Amino acid sequence: MQTDAERRAWRAGLSVVIATSAYGLSFGALSITAGLDLWQTMVLSALMFSGGSQFAFIGVMAAGGGIAGVASAAMLGLRNALYGMSMRRVVAPRGAMIPVAAHVTIDESTAVALAQPDARAQRVGFWVTGVGIWVGWNLATLAGALLGDLLGDPKQWGLDAAAAAAFVGLLWPRLRARQAIAVSAASAVVAASLLPVLPAGLPVIVAAAIGVVVGLTNWPARR
Amino acid sequence: MTTWHLILLASIAVLAIKMLGYAVPPRLFDQPRPRRTLELLTVSLLAGLVAVQMLGGDGGIVLDARIPAVAVAAGLFAVRAPFIVAVAAAAATAALLRQLAGLP
Repeated sequence: MQTDAERRAWRAGLSVVIATSAYGLSFGALSITAGLDLWQTMVLSALMFSGGSQFAFIGVMAAGGGIAGVASAAMLGLRNALYGMSMRRVVAPRGAMIPVAAHVTIDESTAVALAQPDARAQRVGFWVTGVGIWVGWNLATLAGALLGDLLGDPKQWGLDAAAAAAFVGLLWPRLRARQAIAVSAASAVVAASLLPVLPAGLPVIVAAAIGVVVGLTNWPARR
Repeated sequence: MTTWHLILLASIAVLAIKMLGYAVPPRLFDQPRPRRTLELLTVSLLAGLVAVQMLGGDGGIVLDARIPAVAVAAGLFAVRAPFIVAVAAAAATAALLRQLAGLP
């Protein structure tokens, strides 16, 4: 028997799976445009499996960045370690399931899990979203890579805006306290103003220091 | 290094970072301060990603149809629209503004 909370976790997970997988199309297409071949594109989606890191990697590769692409992908992937710390409590995987859980620990699976009201629904939210996105993201990457030429410019379909909107949707439920709202506004301003100055990947990492400092000092106090 | 070397190196690095999170004892996050810090770090990173995804482009900041599209999505999230609806509305807004209004 599933509880109401578990059913809601399934629904939340599946809607995030559909939305997120859809912009895997744009990753597949952009990766081909960046000069990677079909297999290289598929290995990134199957093995790296972290949207922000993948987009950063192909962006730097397209600009001829080489090893800087590795650094950007790793820096954008740092937050997954932090998600892992909280998902370890929620999911409590054992043995061979630890690397599986770690692999599908991404923005979306963490956000859906933490949005659920009880422990069982949180686990359902995590696995449905994580495994569902892995499957959907890889299928969409393949489709995007194959259809890239037909699709033309992904911007024409607004896929770049969809990626930004998805992050807004992941952020929104975390903005209940004024402290979180202040941190997010400051982080967005700092990241944006560093865009012209720092290499790809770094503005987000530097802006994240705001969250760390406010979290450690609790100033301004949480309300 | 070839493109393949870079792809495998970056993929293994991202995977190793994910594993690292599961190796840290969860006890560390039982106190209010580390839990608050972890939550605010996530808020900070997501907000930074919104800004970068919405404004980033060649040579730094590019102002284009992504901005009104994200505003539409934010409005929909504010009235508790489903995730997929808000994201699709953002894509449609950007696509239509580019197609009909000639926005970049």
